[in-house]
Amino acid sequence: MHVAVCVKQIPDPSVAPRLDASFHLERTAKILLDEADAYGVELALQLVESAGQGQVTLVSMGRDSDVTGIRGALAMGATSAIVVSDEGLRGADALTTAKVLASVLAELNADLVLAATESSDGYTGTVPAQIAELLGLPALTFATTVQVADSTVTVHRQTEDGFDEVRAPLPAVVTVTAGAVEPRYANFKGIMAAKSKTIEVRSLNDLGLSALAQAWGEEVVGVTPSPSRQAGTTIVDDGQAVSALVDYLDSIKVL
Amino acid sequence: MTTLWVLCEPKGSGVSTTSLELVSEARRLDGDVTAVTWGDHDVATELGRHGVSTLWHLGSFADQLPAAPVAAALAALLADQDIDGIVIPASYDGRDIAGRLSARMDRPVLTNVTGLLVDGGLVTEHPLFGGTMNARARVTSPGVAIIVVRPKSFAIEDRGAGAATVIPAPTVSSTVAVASIVHSSITERSGPALEDASIVVSGGRGLGEASAYALVEELAQLLGAAPGASRAIVDAGWVPYAYQVGQTGKTVKPTLYIACGISGATQHLVGMKGAQHIVAINTDKDAPIFAIADFGIVGDAKAILPQLIAALRARV
Ligand SMILES: Cc1cc2nc3c(=O)[nH]c(=O)nc-3n(C[C@H](O)[C@H](O)[C@H](O)COP(=O)(O)OP(=O)(O)OC[C@H]3O[C@@H](n4cnc5c(N)ncnc54)[C@H](O)[C@@H]3O)c2cc1C
Ligand SMILES: Nc1ncnc2c1ncn2[C@@H]1O[C@H](COP(=O)(O)O)[C@@H](O)[C@H]1O
Repeated sequence: MHVAVCVKQIPDPSVAPRLDASFHLERTAKILLDEADAYGVELALQLVESAGQGQVTLVSMGRDSDVTGIRGALAMGATSAIVVSDEGLRGADALTTAKVLASVLAELNADLVLAATESSDGYTGTVPAQIAELLGLPALTFATTVQVADSTVTVHRQTEDGFDEVRAPLPAVVTVTAGAVEPRYANFKGIMAAKSKTIEVRSLNDLGLSALAQAWGEEVVGVTPSPSRQAGTTIVDDGQAVSALVDYLDSIKVL
Repeated sequence: MTTLWVLCEPKGSGVSTTSLELVSEARRLDGDVTAVTWGDHDVATELGRHGVSTLWHLGSFADQLPAAPVAAALAALLADQDIDGIVIPASYDGRDIAGRLSARMDRPVLTNVTGLLVDGGLVTEHPLFGGTMNARARVTSPGVAIIVVRPKSFAIEDRGAGAATVIPAPTVSSTVAVASIVHSSITERSGPALEDASIVVSGGRGLGEASAYALVEELAQLLGAAPGASRAIVDAGWVPYAYQVGQTGKTVKPTLYIACGISGATQHLVGMKGAQHIVAINTDKDAPIFAIADFGIVGDAKAILPQLIAALRARV
């Protein structure tokens, strides 16, 4: 079984994000693997382990100057990685990202493509569906459990008020929610092994996609502070806070 | 004149609330609203009443994920239309449809939209960093803009108009293998629906342990409120996903939101900062939730909630 996992490296989300003059996210924070993608990596490893054989290929688009996050996923046990890195992709929109990833995935021809439901920094949540459409594959999105048997994938798909059991033939794209599986920690052996695993770097030219460089059809025209809510009263509980709270609730007429 | 079409998502025997919000806004921006839907129920009356004059029907697509067949039929339909954009609800299926439509039509997609305006063309507004900043974006290449709008961005207006005229769209067969829905499971929950409740009481990791969530439920019941949660305790398995408020959960806009042991991460704030009044209980005086709270208590939720419950019980 061959599972491809789309993984994105993002600036450390615990560092407050900033926008630069051209409204791109400023990428000065340390680069990490998006935590949302750790679930896909773990699930891929579990599926290959229970199939008894196979490989897990990581596919990523982003700058290749720091691949610590990708190395981390290789240390968890992924087999190899392909990173598409190109100056012409800086600030790329979701569709361009999907075209780039789909072109690598088409070549890999994996049984299953995994991604997260949304990235922690871009959170468009559309890249996986775009990839599925470009590859002509079914997409089972928002999966909280995933099972593969007899060339069929079955998931529990989160819904507004519960879940649906959804099934499709392989190959397919599946997006997994946080909490679907518990990502493993890389052990020492994994970390050592990852050092010699292949991270292949490709450019737009290598993929025959030079025309995509800086060619997306949307732009940010401005960013302004929102009229923010004024903080109101904050009191420290000295044992009397509840009666003050009840007074407040009375004053807004909700009791 | 800006022409916007609205994709209306079936829900139950009607359409989703977000669909009606989008219809109402499209009607404000453009007198005459064309909508597109699918499914097995007749929604022409409901949509007509809210201002839709023409309703394209794409097909039934029962017992399967609608994204692939809806996107295929919609792309074919839109190919012959000279319109500025199509607005799509930011729901599970809405997001998938928008993604597929974008790839099929080779058009960019604008997501997480909370505002629309016309300023030399269609401009979309997007909250950034938990809604502290607001970005404006637009599609630069000529053609249809695909716009995915978050729930509760616009008010619903009932215009009391007659039923929309339904036109069946040409059938298009999607070449993508069907993703079948084998079975649906509904998580039972008590009290009002989270997204419609006028009071929401939410708990977060600060409650310390799963059993303490009972305090949130008890307070919610007393207030006739819906209980909600941060993602931290949904991921931890304390409460089902259907309770989650925030970017990847529900968007709520109640009269009163009470946050107990919730830090106020940007992804939580985008789902509740539209509340009219916000109360926060948190032990950390620097917790970001206090920056948007109208009434904050720096204190232990596990001590305050039982006192509040007792005080409210004493009143009745
Ligand atoms: C892509 C993405 C999407 C996300 N979507 C969502 C979403 O939809 N909804 C969401 O909620 N989060 C979402 N998150 C997660 C979000 O970033 C936060 O991690 C989460 O909201 C934190 O939950 P919390 O406030 O319960 O926990 P914490 O951040 O751990 O905060 C707990 C708080 O409780 C306080 N506390 C501790 N003890 C007590 C006590 N005894 N009494 C009172 N207070 C106490 C602490 O001071 C602290 O402020 C998302 C994250 C990502 C990356
Ligand atoms: N640049 C990228 N490289 C690899 N995977 C990506 C990239 N962008 C998006 N993805 C995948 O698609 C998911 C959804 O991303 P998004 O549409 O940006 O919210 C991510 O969580 C990843 O799994």
